[in-house]
Amino acid sequence: MDTYLLQIFNGISVSSIFMLAALGLAITFGLMKIINMAHGEFIMIGAYAAYVIQNIFSQYLPASIFDFYFFIAIPASFLAAGIFGWVLERLVICHLYGRALDSILATWGVSLILQQLARSIFGAPNVDVKSPDWLNGALLIHPGLQLPYKRLFIMLMVIICMTAIYYLMYRSNYGRKIRAVMQNRAMAASLGINTRKIDAYTFAFGSGLAGIAGCALTLLGSIGPTLGTNYIVDTFMVVVLGGVGSLWGTIAGGFLIGTGNTTLEFLTDATLGKVLIFTLVIIFLQWRPKGLFTINSRSLDE
Amino acid sequence: MNMGLFAKMRKSASLAMTALFISSVFLSGCGNSQTSQSSGSSTDSKSTIKVGVLHSLSGTMAISEVSVKDAEMMAIDEINAKGGVLGKKLEVVTEDGASDPAVFAEKAKKLLQQDKVATVFGCWTSASRKAVLPVFESNNGLLWYPVQYEGMESSPNIFYTGAAPNQQIVPAVDWLLKNKGKKFFLIGSDYVFPRTANKIIKAELNAEGGQVVGEEYTPMGHTDYSTIINKIKEEKPDVVFNTLNGDSNVAFFKQLKDAGITSKDLITCSVSIAEEEVRGIGAENMTGQLVSWNYYQTTNTPENKTFVANYKARYGQDRVTDDPIEAAYDAVYLWAAAVEKAGSTDVDKVKEAAKGLEFKAPEGTVKIEGENQHLWKTVRIGEVQADGSIKEIWSTPDPVRPDPYLKTYDWAKGLSN
Amino acid sequence: MTTKTFFKTPANRIFFVIILLLLLAPLFLSVFRINLLGKFIAYAILALGIDLIWGYTGILSLGHGVFFGLGAYAMGMYLKMEAAHGRLPDFMSWSGLEKLPALWAPFSSPLSLALIIIIPAILAAIIGFLTFKNRIRGVYFSILSQALSLIFVILFIGQQAYTGGTNGLTGFRTMFGLPLAADNTKYLLYYAAIFFLVIVYLYCRFLVSHRLGKILMAIRDGENRVRFSGYNPAAYKIFVYVSSAVIAGIAGAIFVPQVGIISPAEMGIVPSIEMVIWVAIGGRGTLIGAVIGAILVNGLKSGISESFPEVWSYFLGLAFIIVVIFMPEGLIGLVKKYSTRIAWRVKKEKTAEKSPSIN
Repeated sequence: MDTYLLQIFNGISVSSIFMLAALGLAITFGLMKIINMAHGEFIMIGAYAAYVIQNIFSQYLPASIFDFYFFIAIPASFLAAGIFGWVLERLVICHLYGRALDSILATWGVSLILQQLARSIFGAPNVDVKSPDWLNGALLIHPGLQLPYKRLFIMLMVIICMTAIYYLMYRSNYGRKIRAVMQNRAMAASLGINTRKIDAYTFAFGSGLAGIAGCALTLLGSIGPTLGTNYIVDTFMVVVLGGVGSLWGTIAGGFLIGTGNTTLEFLTDATLGKVLIFTLVIIFLQWRPKGLFTINSRSLDE
Repeated sequence: MNMGLFAKMRKSASLAMTALFISSVFLSGCGNSQTSQSSGSSTDSKSTIKVGVLHSLSGTMAISEVSVKDAEMMAIDEINAKGGVLGKKLEVVTEDGASDPAVFAEKAKKLLQQDKVATVFGCWTSASRKAVLPVFESNNGLLWYPVQYEGMESSPNIFYTGAAPNQQIVPAVDWLLKNKGKKFFLIGSDYVFPRTANKIIKAELNAEGGQVVGEEYTPMGHTDYSTIINKIKEEKPDVVFNTLNGDSNVAFFKQLKDAGITSKDLITCSVSIAEEEVRGIGAENMTGQLVSWNYYQTTNTPENKTFVANYKARYGQDRVTDDPIEAAYDAVYLWAAAVEKAGSTDVDKVKEAAKGLEFKAPEGTVKIEGENQHLWKTVRIGEVQADGSIKEIWSTPDPVRPDPYLKTYDWAKGLSN
Repeated sequence: MTTKTFFKTPANRIFFVIILLLLLAPLFLSVFRINLLGKFIAYAILALGIDLIWGYTGILSLGHGVFFGLGAYAMGMYLKMEAAHGRLPDFMSWSGLEKLPALWAPFSSPLSLALIIIIPAILAAIIGFLTFKNRIRGVYFSILSQALSLIFVILFIGQQAYTGGTNGLTGFRTMFGLPLAADNTKYLLYYAAIFFLVIVYLYCRFLVSHRLGKILMAIRDGENRVRFSGYNPAAYKIFVYVSSAVIAGIAGAIFVPQVGIISPAEMGIVPSIEMVIWVAIGGRGTLIGAVIGAILVNGLKSGISESFPEVWSYFLGLAFIIVVIFMPEGLIGLVKKYSTRIAWRVKKEKTAEKSPSIN
């Protein structure tokens, strides 16, 4: 019994990781229609930012406050990835609006450069980020059923990020502008919205979210130059399955792929689990090419 | 105005791009003509001996292979500082295998046919070794392979300076059975080494009264181990035998600790984790866990003290040495000794001279077994310490004879045909 | 297409010159370089197939490594059976198989080489039928094709007993009885590669210079308009996708005996996307650009990575960005631009000579 309960928890936990990793994509791909193949590398930037903050804490600050580094690391990851995103938008992405296929190739080039950059700065081997003490250990429901704090913490982060995005997009003036630009650029511009600025900030925001995901992933996995490549296909599948342009879609997509993957892995093995879940998603998309949550539109060529 | 600027930028960028292309074509052209000039003459008649170094310097395997390359370069420079081999300096041709077996095959061809090197030190993964093997055999080249591997191979053109299965896996399983328990859970990355290693382990456990309660493989780059850890919890094994590779180890050990399992609750024994990997995983995540190798940075020999000191002086105090690094270093010295003994760099003469050759390596004295061109090596089981070093807790009294096909083990019949 | 009209197109003239150079190359280069060039020719064939679907039809497949790999594995399995001399291939016995699996049985006969074409064709037909009928296109298709290549890589690695796992297939000895290590066999393979390059180029040129090619380009530029004009774009897309997959399979089969190995590393996401960049750098939608791009980029890769391995990633990354943003028509586009400019200038000078008294 415990095994199955724990397995359900694992499914939700993996889903939350996929959601967190895909949130940034839901913005850059979902809203801006830019296929950012360097999304994984923004996750990596976030992870390295956490590493740098950790090193600053352990070297320059008293040991007693080391455990709080994570509270600095989260915004630092957001900022680091966000700044990189802003620069990327200004230099590369701004030439690519409306050329979705070309954006795949250009951003793939960016990902190659960022990986090599990480290798030059931090070295090829993995680095270690010590997780803060208060995240070690597990919530003991009863002896057979322990829920690791780190996984619970990541779920909490997903909820916080989701709420933040919701308020920013649907309850703030800024979000209204973003949606206006994404829906009808020309109209928005003629009403006095600075679309260039909105584009850059939105892309930076999406990249920053990837950075937060990277910071969270330091709790569970390796931190190295190729960290991002492990997540790139999964996150795109999450967004596509959920339906491009829908925040709820990303949540649903992450949940289905996460729980589906862990369940299939539990029933078969890790290799077959991965193959089966991707095959199922591909088959599903044959049936509903636009994913679970579609936004109805009368335009033909999107 | 803006558009004009953009158009100008576009023009200059495309011009720069063309210039870059043309110049690099010329550059690579020049490089080719240089190597083809020197390829005509045989190595013996010149004042230097060309040796090849072939490792992944880019791609996923660069993580491990760069430090192995560093060890080989250090050994070569040390030998050159002492006057070289046969009175000639060694000249290194470095090639990048780019973590791609097909590129390894291409570069091996280049080293042997174009550069005509006397020997090659290189490779890490089984895939890269299998890819270059036909190249070395058909060109009668010489490869020194420095990594422990799955055995079942003994090419006349390869010297294996890492452990064969009977010098790492088999004794580790034997020791674990005697000291830790009978129920084994096998976990590995989905590729050739873990699958073959686990086949050997299963046969051994079968013969010696052990039991396999689970066997799991994960794709390369797998990042979530919660499901597998759950399966481990359900099966309650005495030992987890771990053949995971690379990044997966980090995720596995971090998540194992989070699930409330430390070395006190469940012992794991790993054969692909050395000092270098422990640093990426974080010593705090695997303190007390076991590994099996032939050498540790802490191995107590006078040769090792100098070796570690030199390595750190050369590449930085924060660097560590480990088993493959040491095996690569040994390979260079063994080849040099064989050449001195043969009085020639001719492959057949060197192979003949290498038989039974001994070398006082950092891990202790190693000897080349003439029959299968592997090394006699001491087996050591170590425990990961909180500071990331590995402490030896058990070792074989003497070096173990290499047996890549496990011919001397009754239970291994049928494994290798 | 007569010879006369063939040579009217500048691209075809350039192609003719390239073939001439390739044919003469063995006079100047060592057998090692020829072998390497043979590999690049296999890549050039592959690039032609990608240009057909991407350059002309606007379908960006990020999973073409799968078709290349399937063709290559079919050839590799045949060579492996020939090397095994009726015994079990070596890796199967390490993996615990005792007799030859049914999957491998056909490969003891040379007739099985037809599978190089048949397998990619069937797979592409199935995928194409499903996705194009269901109107999955653009970036959605690209992402799906990427997942497809991931699935195949995981499968090929996981089924070690049947595919050789990460090691792939290697250790080939002979092909139709000829030893692969011999210089003469290498020259033979090299000329065979050139032969196939010519055939595939002519096939692609034939396709794009006829009505079908116009429809493909129309699909690329406005699929719905094609549909409203009474054509069924799906049928055309399936056809061109299958063609491209078959070409990739042939390229894979040419690759294997020359390089001596095929492993899942050649069919994954990274090689798949690198294939696209060859075409982008050479110049998409021109065919000749694909050939030039594939040979040039791979030549540079060998050259640069020999001396500066770490520089290659930066170079390739920058090439991706610069080509896509600043020169979407690739090197061919650049040549075209400057050649027309020169032609225009020459013309202007001529007219200026004729009428000197304008002012």
